[in-house]
Amino acid sequence: MDRKIRVLIAKPGLDGHDRGAKTVATVLRDAGMEVIYSGLHQTPEMIAEAALQEDVDVVGLSILSGAHMSLFPRVRAALEERGMNDVLLTGGGIIPEDDMQALEGDGYSKLFGPGTPTDSIVGWIKNTMAERWEKEGASDA
Amino acid sequence: MGSEGTHTAAAGGPLRTPAELAEGVRGGNRRALSRLISWAENDQPGFAEALGAFYGDVGRAWRIGVTGPPGAGKSTLVNELALALRQDERDLDVGILAVDPSSPFTGGALLGDRIRMDELTADPKVYIRSMASRKSHGGMARAGVDACDVMDAFGIDRIMIETVGVGQAEYDVMAACDTVIVVMCPGAGDGIQAMKAGILEVADVLVVNKSDRPGADRLYDDLVEAVHVRDGRATADDGWTVPVVRAAAGRGEGADDVLTAVAAHRERLEQLGLANVRNQKRTAQVRRIVEEALERRVFAQADMNAAIAAQLAEGHTAYAVADSLLGEVTVSLSAQVTKLSPDAKP
Amino acid sequence: MVDTQHDPRALWEAALDGARTRDGNFTTLSGTPLKPLYTPEDAEVDYAEDLGYPGQFPYTRGVHPTMYRGRLWTMRQFAGFGTAAQTNERFRYLLNHGQTGLSTAFDFPTLMGYDSDDELSVGEVGKVGVAISSLADMQTLFDQIPLDQVSTSMTINGPAPVMLAFYIACGERQGVPAEKLRGTVQNDILKEYQAQHAWLVPPEPALRMITDVMGHCAERAPHFNTISISGYHIREAGSTAAQELAFTLANGMDYVRRGIEAGMDVDTFAPRLSFFFDSHLDFFEEISKFRAARRIWARKMRDTFGAKNPKSWMLRFHTQTAGVSLTAQQPENNIVRTAIEALAAVLGGTQSLHTNSMDETLSLPTEKAVKIALRTQQIIAEEHEVAHVADPLAGSYFVEAETNRLEAEAEAYFEEIERRGGVVPCIEAGYIQKEIHRSAVQYQRAIESGSKKVVGVNTYTEGEGSPEIDLHKIDPGVEREQRERLATLRSERDGAAVTRELEAVREACGNGDNLLERFIAAAHADCTLGEICAVLREAFGKYKEPKIL
Repeated sequence: MDRKIRVLIAKPGLDGHDRGAKTVATVLRDAGMEVIYSGLHQTPEMIAEAALQEDVDVVGLSILSGAHMSLFPRVRAALEERGMNDVLLTGGGIIPEDDMQALEGDGYSKLFGPGTPTDSIVGWIKNTMAERWEKEGASDA
Repeated sequence: MGSEGTHTAAAGGPLRTPAELAEGVRGGNRRALSRLISWAENDQPGFAEALGAFYGDVGRAWRIGVTGPPGAGKSTLVNELALALRQDERDLDVGILAVDPSSPFTGGALLGDRIRMDELTADPKVYIRSMASRKSHGGMARAGVDACDVMDAFGIDRIMIETVGVGQAEYDVMAACDTVIVVMCPGAGDGIQAMKAGILEVADVLVVNKSDRPGADRLYDDLVEAVHVRDGRATADDGWTVPVVRAAAGRGEGADDVLTAVAAHRERLEQLGLANVRNQKRTAQVRRIVEEALERRVFAQADMNAAIAAQLAEGHTAYAVADSLLGEVTVSLSAQVTKLSPDAKP
Repeated sequence: MVDTQHDPRALWEAALDGARTRDGNFTTLSGTPLKPLYTPEDAEVDYAEDLGYPGQFPYTRGVHPTMYRGRLWTMRQFAGFGTAAQTNERFRYLLNHGQTGLSTAFDFPTLMGYDSDDELSVGEVGKVGVAISSLADMQTLFDQIPLDQVSTSMTINGPAPVMLAFYIACGERQGVPAEKLRGTVQNDILKEYQAQHAWLVPPEPALRMITDVMGHCAERAPHFNTISISGYHIREAGSTAAQELAFTLANGMDYVRRGIEAGMDVDTFAPRLSFFFDSHLDFFEEISKFRAARRIWARKMRDTFGAKNPKSWMLRFHTQTAGVSLTAQQPENNIVRTAIEALAAVLGGTQSLHTNSMDETLSLPTEKAVKIALRTQQIIAEEHEVAHVADPLAGSYFVEAETNRLEAEAEAYFEEIERRGGVVPCIEAGYIQKEIHRSAVQYQRAIESGSKKVVGVNTYTEGEGSPEIDLHKIDPGVEREQRERLATLRSERDGAAVTRELEAVREACGNGDNLLERFIAAAHADCTLGEICAVLREAFGKYKEPKIL
């Protein structure tokens, strides 16, 4: 089975600085993932809808606008509304440490602050997905 | 088409088994649609069973291929066509399958076609899916056809499949469509030469996009001529003269004209006998499935290359080694594929 | 025949050959290989042709004869957050501490042309800049700051013409006529499509609005810079120094072309075009870049566009130290980076300068951090004796070689852009954006592979843990306060006048009248920013970016 990790990279809200988002998208592609880049000015609903249509494993948000405490939870809520509770939600941008910790409240959201080597992001996604697929395989057997 | 704006995972609850997924698709559950397309992409064994469960519903959708060289404005045109289709008084459901190449080095892919289709994401009667070519050749075309079958059964009326028309696999995907639109634009100077071999052969409708740019008239004339001097080919489309349509999708112009040409093509095919045309095209799908299954079965072991190399090292010819591999193989897709029987409708 | 036994150069080269070199790349920040030494052969310059004197064509050595002896660069710290009242306080704090010009940062809703109470603004009001939705907000922003006594820069692009209208109307309400206003509005829409992405409408109507601004201000506000043609954002998006230089000047030339095509005499608007560059980590490359910029622009303006007024030939620029060079790890280190980048800008002859604060990778700057940033400029000006001599690095073989190289690389890009049909077609085809993205990815790879060292990130690291510094927090009540202000404004203003003025804007969109004038009238009628921009979006359409990835 030729299974690939599918990732949606999106920029929610009004901020248009997409260097980080595009760089991460490129790095994830280089790591063998299929990356759907949905671009700028996305609302939480658009992001969740795209995530559903694309059946992604991961949603990555880039937020430099200071609006992360509003946007992350809203994207999470929009995903849950659509029954997509399993999607890994991650992201980065200009987010102070204590806000990151607050947002990482549940086990499957993880945020990566400025200066994080992109390897860490790749590693976290691959390890988490590998564990998950192993569990699925085990339960199907 | 299932319940509009349904965001809950109702219509069946969990989506783990082929039966659940098939039920979800028939019930209009978008997550089921999405998940099943992933199964097709991943060549998951349960896909065939699910397909069998709703195959009776497949056949209503019109599949429109959209291809052309990079930069021709395909995504923009697809976006405009979708918007125009949504204006249709019949309140049609629209699906878009956007295919992009995978990196041959890393196996990953950047799928960025959605960026041109923002306003469609908000429309509950539009479904957009990005697909990477993955391992080239048959696999992608097979998955593409499978994805269309699922969207078809789900209730989507018009499916647009967009590819960058450069490889054999992309050609195969286009060949599986009911109507193929080839989009070109002025400025891709040698584009016409490059495109003549292959892609123009498969075109049912030609579009000169960015027709407000210099060179558009020249391109239009060149294409009209190319259509007329093309060697006659005996296909199901015999008698269809490929129309050349002008558009400027970036300004919202031309979509209606393109759809008119598509509708005319559809009429022509229906006159010729649509079922027959489609079955002819579907033989290619059977061939692809057989090839993939055979390849999978014969080369199943991880260290296959080493084993083969060992045999060759003993002095056997490649033919002898292949013969021995084939001899050991019994191939079947899965126990749960609906078997053909004299009374069963395929 | 070189006598290798005694020829000094040959001896030196032989010594290099045999010597150990430390690990590392010997390239500029942009990846261009550097020689270990530069000698006269490397620096082909004709003093009169290529360098000249400060204040004279081709201005390589500076745009003013006296340079900093006449007047130091303007210390202009970018500021803005929360409500107009809060930013007004920060403005007055900075002026009291010796800042010599104001620079306004707006929040994202404002930058994108949405009022603070728009549903798209939720969560974003006042977060990265000040929220300005109306003329009333603008008046509060400049409370106790007479507009004829300060020079104000407004960093806004898509809706810039509307914001400028608010500023002019604000001046009028203070009793200051437009002729007395000094400052800049960034208003550089081409780089938005290329790099920063804060656009409002598609390119052609946006460029029409810019020529309207140029035309109106040439007559009524002659001391106001109508565009700040920017390379900063292009650089921050990941471009190399040569790309920053090339794309900025190409954009500048496009604006000039359009001004001329709109029927204006180049000398009426060109003197008011100003520029804005990044000052990044590579000290010498940046200084060379600034010099190359002046020389290229002077030559193009005089020789390609036929401008006669020397003021049209002068490239005057503002500089900001590189935001992307700052790290979240060990933030105090950023003070050092910023200081060196600021020094490069000064040695490169900038007219005004913003220095970043050390905490800006984490949040907007605190008062303490921004004060250190300001002091950095003051220390450079007062203590390091670098402001006494104009263009002090001229004649350095290395710097002249680099200046020449950057000019040549820029010219190559100009040719390529021309070949591809000009700036706007390049934007539509994604050419410029792809060039920038490619450089960005290369840079990231260099950092991750370790070939580019970043202290605190991939070398001299100090492990996990959040930095121990105080961070600026935005008051959560800002959004609610803005909503209330807007509600009050909408209920108290003359609704008929609003409708009439918005209709006039809509008509002007179609009939070619000067839009800036209509915006000023609309401002006085208390039309909000969002309302005016909604009319523009409807009339001109929304812009959708091309596929880059």
